[in-house]
Amino acid sequence: MHGILTIFRKEMGDHFNSLRFILISALIVMVGVIITSMVGMAIKEEVKGMAKPTLLFLLLFTSTGKLFSFVQFIGFFGPLLGIFLGFDAINRERVSRTLSKLVSQPIFRDSIINAKFLSGVTVIGIILVATVLLISGLGIRLIGVVPGVEEVSRLVIYVIISLLYISFWLGISILFSVIFRSTATSALASLALWIFFSFFVGLGASVIADAVAPVSQTASGVDAEMLIKHEKIQRIISSFSPMVLYSDATTTILDPMRKTTRGLILMGPLERLSMSRFQNPLPLLESIFIVIPHLISIVAITFLCFGICYFVFMRQEIRTV
Amino acid sequence: MKDQIVVETEELTKKYGSKIAVNRLNLKIKEGEVFGFLGPNGAGKTTSLLMFLGLTEPTSGKVEVLGFNPARDPFRVKEKVGYLPENVGFYDDMDARQNLQYIARLNRIPDEVSEKRIDYWLEIVGLSKESTQKVGTYSKGMRQRLGIAEVLIKEPKLIFLDEPTIGLDPDGTNRMLDLIQSLSREKNITIFLSSHLLDQVQRICDRVGIMINGNLVAIGPIDELAKQKLGVDQEAYTLEEIYMKYFKEA
Ligand SMILES: Nc1ncnc2c1ncn2[C@@H]1O[C@H](COP(=O)(O)OP(=O)(O)OP(=O)(O)O)[C@@H](O)[C@H]1O
Ligand SMILES: [Mg+2]
Repeated sequence: MHGILTIFRKEMGDHFNSLRFILISALIVMVGVIITSMVGMAIKEEVKGMAKPTLLFLLLFTSTGKLFSFVQFIGFFGPLLGIFLGFDAINRERVSRTLSKLVSQPIFRDSIINAKFLSGVTVIGIILVATVLLISGLGIRLIGVVPGVEEVSRLVIYVIISLLYISFWLGISILFSVIFRSTATSALASLALWIFFSFFVGLGASVIADAVAPVSQTASGVDAEMLIKHEKIQRIISSFSPMVLYSDATTTILDPMRKTTRGLILMGPLERLSMSRFQNPLPLLESIFIVIPHLISIVAITFLCFGICYFVFMRQEIRTV
Repeated sequence: MKDQIVVETEELTKKYGSKIAVNRLNLKIKEGEVFGFLGPNGAGKTTSLLMFLGLTEPTSGKVEVLGFNPARDPFRVKEKVGYLPENVGFYDDMDARQNLQYIARLNRIPDEVSEKRIDYWLEIVGLSKESTQKVGTYSKGMRQRLGIAEVLIKEPKLIFLDEPTIGLDPDGTNRMLDLIQSLSREKNITIFLSSHLLDQVQRICDRVGIMINGNLVAIGPIDELAKQKLGVDQEAYTLEEIYMKYFKEA
C-alpha cells in the first residue's frame, strides 16, 4: 500500500507537470466550451416562448448542433485521452533505465502498475468532472435552466460510465507499454486497436450481417423478418466493440427518449426536441437497468486487460540493457 | 557477527532457452567483505545479480540472501539490499534531491530522516553543490556517484554494484573505489561488485570470483589464486595474469 501511494503521488505530479496533460485538457475544455455555446444558443432559440420540455438540460450534452455533441466528442476522443495518458507508462521507465531501480526497491511489483493506472484514472476523472461542470455552468447561464435531480443523477452516471470506458483504454495502453519496449510502438499499437474497434468492427458487423441475412428490395418492399434478423446479427457482432457498448450506454442514460439501446429509426435533434414534448422519457431507474449489462461488460474487459498486464509484467525480467 | 554468511548459493542455474547463462554456481559471501565478481562480457555476472535480488527466477538451484529466499521473499531482501544496476538511470526532470527522496519514500523512510541522510550522502559523493540541478544535466561520473548515494540512502547491509566504475575517468574511478572501500571498512557494509576491470578489483577486493561462460572457475583471495595458478609466491603478480590464465584454459 505504501509503495502504491508513493508512486501514485509522483505520477500525479508528473501528469500535472506534463505538457501532454496541459494540451489535452486545453483541447477538451476548448471543444466543450465551443460546442456548449453553439448548442446552448440553439436550444435557447428553440424553446423561446414554449413550455420547457423535460430533461432539457441534458440536450446541452447530446445535441449535435452544427458539429457534434459533447457526448459524441468524448466518445471519440475519450479513448485517445486514455491512450495518451498510458501508452508510455512502463516503457518510459525502461527507456530511462529507472525501472530496474524501481523494482529493486522494497515494493510489490504490481504496485507500480496499480499506481500508474490509478493516477491515470484520477487524472481522467478530474478532466471529466471539470469539463462537465464547466459545460453545466455555461449551460445554466445560456439557457437559464437549472438541472433537476434526475438530470444531475444522469450526468453523474454518465461521468462514471465514461470514466470506466476511458480507463479501459488507459488499461489497454498500459498493457502495450508493458509488452513493447519502445514508446512509439506501444502508442501505435494502442492507436491501431482503437482504429480497429472504431471502424472495422462496425464494418465487419454489417458485412457479416449482409452475408448471413441479406436484405433485398423486393416488389413488396423490404422483407421485415430479414431486416430484423439483419439488425440483430449486426448488433450482436458490434457489441463486441467497447465503443458500441459505451455509446449505447451513454445514449440510454443521457437520451432517455429512446426506449431501447438501439432504434431502427434515426431522429434528428430537433425532432427529438419536439417529440420530447409529447413523450415521457424512460425513467431513471429503468435506464440504469438497461445500462448495467453494458457497464459490467466494460468493467470486465478492463479487468481482463489488466489481468494480462499483471501476468506479463510480473513475470518479466527487468534488465537495464 | 564476523564470518556470517550473507549470500549463499547452491548449484544456482539460469537458462535462457537452451543457453546456460549461469551454470551451477556455488558461492558464499561473508559479512563485511568486498567481493569482486569478474568475468568477460556475457559471462553471467548480471544474471547472477538479478537472481540474488529476485528480479529473475533461477531455473534451478538455491540462493539465500541475508537468510531470505529472494524468489519467494523479494520484499525482505530488497529492504536490506542495495542494488546499483549497470548504467543506472534517473528521472532526468527531477533534481538529485528529488530523485533520492523518491527512493527514500519507496523505502518507507520518513522525510525528516531522509533529509539528513540525503545531505550526508550527497556530501560524501561530492554532489552537494549540484544537488538542486536537474539530473538530466549531469555528466556520466556525476550520475554514477548519484547512483551510489541512492543505493546508500536506505542504509543497506549488503550492496550489489554492477560495473560501478564503468565510464568514469581515472580520477573518478579512484574516488569511487576509495568510497567503496570506506563503506566496507567504516560502515561494515558487505560489497559485491561485478567488474571486468581487473586492476581496480585487485585494489579493493578481499576475495574474487572468476566467472567464464556461466561457470565459476575460481574463487578465493587474490594471493591464493596467484599461488595456485602461477605456482609462485611472487610479489609481482597481477590479477590480470591470473585471469588471463583462467581465460585461456576455459
Ligand atoms: N533475456 C535473455 N535471453 C536470452 N539470453 C540472455 C538473456 N539475458 C541474458 N542472456 C545471455 O546470458 C548471458 C549472460 O549475460 P549477463 O548479462 O549476465 O552477462 P554479464 O556477465 O553481465 O556481461 P557484461 O559484462 O557484458 O555485463 C549472455 O550470454 C546473454 O546473451
Ligand atoms: Mg552485466
